[in-house]
Amino acid sequence: MPAAEQRDEVEMLWLMLLIRRFEERASQQYQAQKIGGFCHLYIGQEAVVTGAVATTRFDDYVITAYRDHAHALARGTSANACMAELFGKDTGCSRGLGGSMHFFDKEHHMYGGHAIVGAHVPLACGLAFACKYRNEDRVTLCFFGDGAINQGAFHEALNLAALFKLPVIFICENNLFAMGTSVERSTSLKQIIDRAEGYDIPGCVVDGMNFRHVRDTLSEVVASIRKDPHPAFVEARTYRYRGHSMSDPASYRTKEQLEKYRLDDPITRLRAQLTREGKLTNEKFDELDKEAKRIALEAVKFAEESEEPPLEKLYDYTYANGAVKAAPSLPKNNSAAEKKAAAAS
Amino acid sequence: MSEMRQITYRQALNEALAEELERDPSVFLMGEEVAEYNGAYKVSQGLLERFGPKRIIDTPISENGFAGLGVGAAMVGLRPIIEFMTFSFSLVAFDQVVNNAPNMLTMSGGQFNIPITFRGPNGPAHQLGATHSHATECLYANVPGLKVCTPATPRDAKGLLKTAVRDNNPVLVLESELLYSSKGLIEPAETELLIPLGQAEVKREGADVTIVCYAQTVPLALAAAEQLEDEDISAEVLDLRSIKPLDERAIYDSVAKTHRVVIVEQDRPFCGVGAEVCYRIQKNIFDELDAAIARVSQEDVPIPYNERLERAVLPNADKLIAAVKKVCYA
Repeated sequence: MPAAEQRDEVEMLWLMLLIRRFEERASQQYQAQKIGGFCHLYIGQEAVVTGAVATTRFDDYVITAYRDHAHALARGTSANACMAELFGKDTGCSRGLGGSMHFFDKEHHMYGGHAIVGAHVPLACGLAFACKYRNEDRVTLCFFGDGAINQGAFHEALNLAALFKLPVIFICENNLFAMGTSVERSTSLKQIIDRAEGYDIPGCVVDGMNFRHVRDTLSEVVASIRKDPHPAFVEARTYRYRGHSMSDPASYRTKEQLEKYRLDDPITRLRAQLTREGKLTNEKFDELDKEAKRIALEAVKFAEESEEPPLEKLYDYTYANGAVKAAPSLPKNNSAAEKKAAAAS
Repeated sequence: MSEMRQITYRQALNEALAEELERDPSVFLMGEEVAEYNGAYKVSQGLLERFGPKRIIDTPISENGFAGLGVGAAMVGLRPIIEFMTFSFSLVAFDQVVNNAPNMLTMSGGQFNIPITFRGPNGPAHQLGATHSHATECLYANVPGLKVCTPATPRDAKGLLKTAVRDNNPVLVLESELLYSSKGLIEPAETELLIPLGQAEVKREGADVTIVCYAQTVPLALAAAEQLEDEDISAEVLDLRSIKPLDERAIYDSVAKTHRVVIVEQDRPFCGVGAEVCYRIQKNIFDELDAAIARVSQEDVPIPYNERLERAVLPNADKLIAAVKKVCYA
């Protein structure tokens, strides 16, 4: 029986659509070379983050790895700010300084966007530690992939979380591949969930292609943590339709496997469930989808028209409360940047 | 002004910790053996009893894990003090100290500063072998977003650590195991002692040569300066105190006075702190120099256990005096 409060299902379906349409646009813009660096798409996995936010509060903490566009959108970061970040613009959620792998949004309690595999799992412990330290009943949702579970940082973090009874849910988005290496080739255990047992952390497996299953399972976990702070582990079995990143043709897996998961699509499934139950008409779905596409397209326009981060601010974010300054009589060590700025203006 | 008093470097650090824990409830101390054991080097003596287990926290041997926990807690406004039993062990947490703590502010477009202090003994001690003898200042000073200080006296240890805890950035306080029991004069306990980061101090005035030093090489330089006095060489001893930010003004002022420089550093020669100081001097006040700058550092080898060989690797008074004489053409 779900115990924590839940958000409207049609709204959550809409969120999945927004994530999907946003990333389809991002993919197109990447191919058009409007987006640089690496770009990892979440398409196929939407039910995981959506199911999780459906049953948590807006002030709960979310932290994830580099496949992070969906997590920001799910937390309420605008599509405009997300797309602008991909374009490296000043209006991006990290002012164009983070890029695809480093989305941050303090206002919406989105704590990144972390690109060293496993390195943010200890950070999640710190977020949860702070909640406990301040006697807050927030829960920290820590997302990571199946590749992270073999990093030392992950193991140290799980032990610390169990030892200190931290209110954190470790959500392993098991999409079967750490880049191109399958779970069987990377992990000694048959089941990822068994990692939790090794740290005396309660764990469960959810169908990561099924929004309701993710939500209802997490709902109980969240309620239990709010009552009495402790860590939990959830293995969400899911699949990414695209390659590891935009440059990956994913030749390490079969067409049949991909087709199998596509037929189990999380959006199609929730749509069917809601339609069957009389909560959604085809017209309403089309309307939602059209709106998602419109917002994604508009985000591209917004990103394109946004300004680049100003060169003269290059040194502004290295240190809080001002830069480490050179001796007063010296030429500033950012003179090269200034010259470029002068030339550009 | 009340009477100055004499305390140890260890006591000074302990006072700094206690005062900052008392002042700000968001400050906590975490690390291996900091609580029930009272600190591997007894720097946190008595703090568990005074502040309780919520704020003085023992960890398992998981440097990456608890350093990262500290960074995460700092993201939401706590002010962690993370003790490394030695900075040689911080290398296990290198990713957290180098990749997470100092990058966060930039990567988040200015949204998340990380007010964290990493502290513990740094640099070669005595016959600990290669794995336990790292001088990490040059590694960490290389990273934009980190601040690095290296107190050499009890007064500097207390004043710099207190400042570090209040700084809104990741600050490394690199202490010295060999100095924990050393004594020095310090203001009375009730005086609020804060020493700004990035402010060097002339520890001894002189006219003929500037000895730039920090951490363990400060007492070494002071002893060498005494000996040189007997040979009519007046050495000015400039303690950098902070490696980053670097007090370039103080360096140039001293060099403009003496026109000769020896840098004595506890780290290694290749890409060491002295290399940077040397470059900046020649770039900015080349015309003030009357002689090529000399550096005394470790030898460029992993530190051997054997006592005689270890001594040969480290900077010492004889090497420093020889270098001073060379730049003074004495």
